[in-house]
Amino acid sequence: MAKNRKDKIGELMTEAQHNEASAPPETAADPRVETETALTKNVVGDETLAEKPENQWVEMWRSLLANKAATISLFLILFIVLVAIFVPMFMPKTPTTNPVNSKIMLYNPTVTNMSAVRQPPNAKHWFGTDDLGMDIFSRVIAGARVSLSVGVIAVAIALALGVTVGAVAGYIGGWLDTVLMRFMDMMLAVPSILLAITLMAVLGKGIDKAVIAISLVYVPEYARIVRSTILSIKENDYIAAARLTGDSQSRIIFRHVLPNTLSVIIVRATLGISGAILDTAALGFLGMGVQPPQAEWGAMLGWARGYIFQCPWMLIFPGMAITLSVLAFNLLGDGLRDAFDPKARVK
Amino acid sequence: MVIPVLIGVSIIVFCLLRVFAPDPAPIVLGEHATAASMKAWRDSQGLNKPVVTQYVNYMKGVFHGDLGYSYYTNTKVTDEIMARFPATIELAITAIIFASIFGIILGVIAAVKKNSIFDAASTLIALVGVSIPIFWLGILLMMIFCGPSTHIFPAGGRITPLMDPTHITGLYTLDSLFTGNWAAFKDAVWHLVLPSFTLGMYSMAIITRITRSTMLDSLNQDYVRTARAKGIREVMVVMKHALRNSMIPVTTVIGLQFGALLGGALLTESVFSWPGIGKFTVDCILKSDFPIVQGIVLLIAAIFVLVNLAADIAYAFLDPRIRYTSKKEE
Repeated sequence: MAKNRKDKIGELMTEAQHNEASAPPETAADPRVETETALTKNVVGDETLAEKPENQWVEMWRSLLANKAATISLFLILFIVLVAIFVPMFMPKTPTTNPVNSKIMLYNPTVTNMSAVRQPPNAKHWFGTDDLGMDIFSRVIAGARVSLSVGVIAVAIALALGVTVGAVAGYIGGWLDTVLMRFMDMMLAVPSILLAITLMAVLGKGIDKAVIAISLVYVPEYARIVRSTILSIKENDYIAAARLTGDSQSRIIFRHVLPNTLSVIIVRATLGISGAILDTAALGFLGMGVQPPQAEWGAMLGWARGYIFQCPWMLIFPGMAITLSVLAFNLLGDGLRDAFDPKARVK
Repeated sequence: MVIPVLIGVSIIVFCLLRVFAPDPAPIVLGEHATAASMKAWRDSQGLNKPVVTQYVNYMKGVFHGDLGYSYYTNTKVTDEIMARFPATIELAITAIIFASIFGIILGVIAAVKKNSIFDAASTLIALVGVSIPIFWLGILLMMIFCGPSTHIFPAGGRITPLMDPTHITGLYTLDSLFTGNWAAFKDAVWHLVLPSFTLGMYSMAIITRITRSTMLDSLNQDYVRTARAKGIREVMVVMKHALRNSMIPVTTVIGLQFGALLGGALLTESVFSWPGIGKFTVDCILKSDFPIVQGIVLLIAAIFVLVNLAADIAYAFLDPRIRYTSKKEE
């Protein structure tokens, strides 16, 4: 039993790595490899499923694709990511509004043009121009790059720290657990945005500082979730078995315990990216994040506030970009949560 | 638990702002301050003493209700905060009331009419509510309702100048009611509508979600089936049997949301030029007025911890199983 479970965890992990490397449906190449791990046959499903043992990750992926909202959000995120990565590559390098080297992104997002200030959306400037004549369409696209990378990097740092703290606290326990978790409680007693701007006061302005501030703010959340998940996993037989076979503590944590918390972590991280995008925008809006003229959605809103009634387009498009990307990550997170939960799966 | 957490918060904030933050002297005194004048200023503020001594002195003050003095105006931090705090509290309370009422209503409707158009609509509202940046929502509402052409609601501030009611509680709506100043009351409420809607939107979305899922849960319970079997009217089944039992998780979430609201107030106040502590905090951080920032963070943490404590206590009142007397109907 314990051996079987252990094998399964190993397979789940390699499966996970596989999934990240290639498109998940392809990993379904031979589901029969998994036969020994399927202890019970799925007889409740339709006949095609009845004989086949389930591969957790394939099942999950299938269930995710069956969820329309999640699929749409997945495509939306893919679209935003592609735009953020590739379109700025075609950005005109020279400070000119009429480049020959670019057909996709016609304007440099940080170049001002005093002869075209505050133009409403038109054929040349799809989203209009701001008070310095900068093209808002180009700036929204350039902002996608900032917001996405800040979101992903901040969540990655927060995850690394939070998972470590949570795993150590949950697995080792004792006074270390008490100290670490009390510290996390204290951080959670201050609203995240207030903590973030207090950290910004310490670190100074700038996007790199914003990443650090936002990631630190999110550490307690991950630490708590990982800790509570681990506490429930810790008592399982396979952990006792691993301990008996003489595995070291760190091996048990990283090889046996953490893979089982993976689904919870993936869901939280996806939702965390949307939170990080919102917080980045908030810091930018308050003038503490990205500094002008660099384009960032929140900073664009903060900057354009004075033109709320004269030039609404300066505020509508960056705000829409924030809302859409946050919405996409929220939907994907919800979809993943359902997909990971066998009981809630869409069939 | 309350006191240790607050002392911990005070240590963290103190360390951040006094040890790790850049020296406030050049910012407070201006670029042209000499080294001697900066040293004199630091001495006068006690910033040259060892950090531990500084902290002990600070905490001695805190326990006596003294949070220090502003670097700029030299007024008491408590006075500076109290001058603005009622505005924030008024906004936050209105927002949480709005969020709770509409959140619970939407959640109940979504659960009772599961998979209907109402369910879809309330899910959509909840989804947009958690995704829309609070400051952009504020800006949009302003654009729609406060423009020169529409002008349905005022574009900012707490009250029309010169209409302020006599200060009793500092909450303009209450003050104007107490003094019977109806014009001021109407004006204050009018100013509250958009900011509290903006601030409450996120919490409303969260409350809708939790209400829907806990209601779905309790509607499937045996006692609900029993109640229906006994022929109790559906409204009573939903309101009394299902909703009452769903209120416990909902109350926890409302408690947690009140803390989050105080953070959101920071952004809402900035958008609507609301003269509360949120906007003030941002200003003080930008000009390194650290004693005030410390005071505000401590105050908000205290409220957050106390509200959660209150939510814990509220369980006893909400959990029908804890009641032994006055059983009606059943």
